[in-house]
Amino acid sequence: MLKVDNINVYYGAIHAIKGVSLEVNEGEIVTLIGANGAGKSTVLKTISGLLRSKTGEIIFLDENICSLASHKIVERGLAQVPEGRRVFLQMTVQENLEMGAYTRRGNIKGTMEKVYAQFPRLLERRKQVAGTLSGGEQQMLVMGRALMSHPKLLMLDEPSMGLAPILVEQIFAIIQTLNKEGTSILLVEQNAQMALSIADRAYVLETGSIAVSGTGRELIESDNIRKAYLGG
Amino acid sequence: MKRISKTAHSNLYTYGFVIIAYAVLMLITATGGISSSLKGQLVPICAYVVMAVSLNLTVGVLGELSLGHAGFMSVGAFTGVVACISLEALIPLAPLRMAISMVIGALCAGMAGALIGIPVLRLRGDYLAIVTLAFGEIIKNIINCLYVGTDSRGLHISFLTNSDALNLGEDGRVIIDGPMGISGITKISTFTTGIILILVTLFIVLNLVNSRSGRAIMALRDNRIAAESVGIPVTKYKMMAFVISAALAGAAGTLYAMNYSTIIATKFNFNTSILILVFVVLGGLGNVLGSIIAAAVLTVIPELLREFDDYRMLVYAIVLILVMIATNNAVFKSMLRRVLGKIRPSITKDVKEGP
Repeated sequence: MLKVDNINVYYGAIHAIKGVSLEVNEGEIVTLIGANGAGKSTVLKTISGLLRSKTGEIIFLDENICSLASHKIVERGLAQVPEGRRVFLQMTVQENLEMGAYTRRGNIKGTMEKVYAQFPRLLERRKQVAGTLSGGEQQMLVMGRALMSHPKLLMLDEPSMGLAPILVEQIFAIIQTLNKEGTSILLVEQNAQMALSIADRAYVLETGSIAVSGTGRELIESDNIRKAYLGG
Repeated sequence: MKRISKTAHSNLYTYGFVIIAYAVLMLITATGGISSSLKGQLVPICAYVVMAVSLNLTVGVLGELSLGHAGFMSVGAFTGVVACISLEALIPLAPLRMAISMVIGALCAGMAGALIGIPVLRLRGDYLAIVTLAFGEIIKNIINCLYVGTDSRGLHISFLTNSDALNLGEDGRVIIDGPMGISGITKISTFTTGIILILVTLFIVLNLVNSRSGRAIMALRDNRIAAESVGIPVTKYKMMAFVISAALAGAAGTLYAMNYSTIIATKFNFNTSILILVFVVLGGLGNVLGSIIAAAVLTVIPELLREFDDYRMLVYAIVLILVMIATNNAVFKSMLRRVLGKIRPSITKDVKEGP
């Protein structure tokens, strides 16, 4: 459903992404792992239209979305959960979720109920101003907000960042549930162990290009990967 | 649903405040209980109130610091007055002519806002502030070098020359005479016109803020990346807020200019922009009623202090500092809130409070 073909992204003179290609099929969880500064977030930003690739193409549901504005890409059903829990701090939880449905017309009540069912914690706090939520709750909120747009493919940028291990497990369990309910997932993670354990397939990014790819199981069992990313 | 009725309630409160203030002031004026200098301030107060509310849209709601708001006021003032003088023969009815002039002033200022917005809105924060400051000065200097005249053949415009270059006919009249500005304006601004403009401004701003577009603009202010990620077209909404803000400033400019017999471009300089920004900050970012009160009070205070003559700007500064301290003091604020009870007439609930 998503096919990224040979993209090259530059930050000024710096060649950040060098000919990356990857693919997400319907119903899959695909993860993109790699060290700090490898270019994981840059790839996501390019897919969601915040950055532009100089070459290649990005095909989503048989349409080249390379030159589309980012809000048009969200309308097509490709939602991104940006890195670092970016909630609308001064709005309530409910209003944050409403903003998530910004690109949709018509009734959003059903979706809202589903999101609340998925994240009961958000229902409890729905009138609370988002800035007062804990880190884990804010992460749930940004995920819920992205789901409000009814995405066919959800891209998550480091959802585990800065969260306690128990919360990371919760977040990953939710990602798996979402996937079972029909949302395809592209997951960018530093926490390679966790990411590989739930992923159908994985790509390892090294200084701007794909070093290894394979199924989650293959990579978790590979000696090189274990040494480089999983800590022995 | 409760939230919506609450905002509707606080909006009514704002409209009510303006209408009651109008009624009371009219009553005092009718009974002669108002000094002539203060009476002369009524229209400028209205103009400054509109300026403050419109700047609040850019600074408080969109969250971008603009230091060139007087530039848009200037565009509105000069285009509005030119329109008014040109239409003098065509539309003898003063209030109608005034209304049309204000619309033209608003349209021209809105266009200036759009032109300036294209490069400026790509910037953020301090950079945007500096560039708007520069644009405000550029507008001032352009108008300073502009010559416009009218005769039976229509409008004549000349730039960087002198009024002779306009080639006016026998019946011609110079309207804008470069650095001399416009003189011989028929004063047709009235307090009533000003109040109507305030109400129209409030209607536009409050409705915008509580609309889908307003939500999008505030989402941009809260977190631009998150706003982009939920599919909000950033440039479109930034532009919308900026242009509406400029257009309202233009209408205020026309109102302001039509209250004086002479108007020059240097009146709308950096100091004026800062003055309006002070109204907005003092009234509270995003707080429309606050802007109204701050603009009114801070326009009146220097007049009231006129008898202290040399010391009046000093006293004015002290009053300003005291108000700043008082409004940014958490203890004082919570006390104030207790006194005021549940009435919280802010347009965006829980806008950043304190420093």
